[in-house]
Amino acid sequence: MIAIIDYGVGNLRSISKSVELLGGKPVITTDKKIVSKSSGIILPGVGAFKPAMKMLRNSGLAGVIGKLSAEGRPILGICLGMQLFFTLSREGGVTKGLGLIDGTVEKLPVKKLKLPQMGWNNVRFQITNPVFNDVKNNSYFYFVHSYYCKPKDKKTVIAVTDYSIKFPSVIRKGNIIGTQFHPEKSSGQGLNMLKNFVELAKKPC
Amino acid sequence: MLTKRIIPCLDVKNGRVVKGIHFQNLRDAGDPVETAKQYSKNGADELVFLDITATLEERKTTFEVVRKTAENVFIPLTVGGGIKTIADITALLNAGADKISINTAAVKTPRLVKESSSRFGSQCIVVAIDAKKTARNKWEVYINAGNTPTGIDAVKWARNVQQLGAGEILLTSIDADGTKAGYEIELTRAISTSVNIPVIASGGAGEPKHLYEVLSKGKADAALAASIFHYDEYPVHKVKSYLKSRGIPVRS
Repeated sequence: MIAIIDYGVGNLRSISKSVELLGGKPVITTDKKIVSKSSGIILPGVGAFKPAMKMLRNSGLAGVIGKLSAEGRPILGICLGMQLFFTLSREGGVTKGLGLIDGTVEKLPVKKLKLPQMGWNNVRFQITNPVFNDVKNNSYFYFVHSYYCKPKDKKTVIAVTDYSIKFPSVIRKGNIIGTQFHPEKSSGQGLNMLKNFVELAKKPC
Repeated sequence: MLTKRIIPCLDVKNGRVVKGIHFQNLRDAGDPVETAKQYSKNGADELVFLDITATLEERKTTFEVVRKTAENVFIPLTVGGGIKTIADITALLNAGADKISINTAAVKTPRLVKESSSRFGSQCIVVAIDAKKTARNKWEVYINAGNTPTGIDAVKWARNVQQLGAGEILLTSIDADGTKAGYEIELTRAISTSVNIPVIASGGAGEPKHLYEVLSKGKADAALAASIFHYDEYPVHKVKSYLKSRGIPVRS
C-alpha cells in the first residue's frame, strides 16, 4: 500500500489513479498509522510550502516520515513534495522543511523568462538509476514551479533541467526520490517513472 | 528547453462535448473523456474544458466529466466556466482539475483571485480575459461570455491579476474569436510583454500558420484552439511538427 499524504488542498486524484493504474494500492491519508504501515509514501505536489509543513508538523507526520525514511522506506516527493525534503525553503519567507536532505529551496533567478516555469521541459540524466528504467534520457516532463532545490551534496542530483539556470529535476538519496516535475501529469514517460517508484515500494526494505 | 504548449479546448455542456468533433477513430465523438484521450494520444500538452452548462443542477455532470478525465488522461487539465466561489474551485480541484480558470468572477470580485491563489497556489489559478479592441493598441475587458463591457483596460487588468496572484492568463480576442483568420497578434504581444506570468493565446486559429504567428510574433507561451483540432485535418501532432519545422520549440 502506498500512502499519498493529503495536505488538504488540490488535486490528488491524478496521482492516486496513476499509482493504481501502475499496480500500486494508493491510499490518500493524513493518518500516522496508515503511513507507518505503508510500503511507500508519496508527498504530492499541490499547495504551498508553509501550510504543507504546518500540516505535517501539526499532524505528527513530519516525525513519522523522518523515522520511516531513516529505516529506508521508499518516499517519493513530487514538486512541492520534493522541496519539503530539504532543510529550508525561501518560499513566502524562510520556513524549515523536513530536513531529510541537506540544502535549501530557492526562487528561480529568472531575468527574461516567466515565472512560474509552466510547461514541458527536457530532463537530462546525470547518473543511471533504476528510477529511469524505461524512461528516455532528455525526454519531456511537465513542470509548474517558481522555486528549485539546491542540495549541498551534488551527488544526490541524478537529473537536471535548464530554466534560467541548470537546476536539479530529479534527486535521490537512498530511498528518497524527488522530482521537480509532475510524473502523474507527464503522460507516458511520466507514468513509466512513477511505475519504477511503485516497483521500488513493493520490495521489502 | 521549455517548449511552447499546444492546448485543445473543449466546450462541455451537460457532460457532452458541443461543437462537432470529427475524429475518424473515435467511438463516441461527443464524449469528453474519449476526446480528451484522443488529444492526449495526439500530443496535446494540456487540455481546457470550458463548461457552458446553464444551470447549477446540470453542472454536477461537469464534476463527473472532470473526475473521469483525470482518471484516464495524464496531462494537465484546466476547467473554466461559471466559477464564482472558493467552494466551486475546491470542488473542481477535488474532482481532478489541475487548474481553474476564472473570468467574470475575477472582475466582479478580484478578492477571489487573491484568496484562491494563496490557498491553492498560484499555479492553480488561471484568469481568463476576454478583450475587444477599442482603439489602436487599446483593448477593453468584457465579461459575461463577451457580452458586457467593463470599461477596464485589458493590459492594466492583466498586470492587476498578476499582482493578485494569478499563475497564468488565458487571453481571448473577442474580435478574432470564431473568425478562423488568425489570433490577434498585437493584443497577445501587448499582454504577454506586460506581465511575467505565462499567457495562453486564444481566438482565431484556423490553420497551423496562425499558431506559429501567435507563438512567435505574438510572444504567447501557449496557443489554445478548438475547431482546428476537432477534425482529422489538423491533428495536434501535425500542427506540432509544422511548428517545429518553423523553429518553435514544441514537445514531440
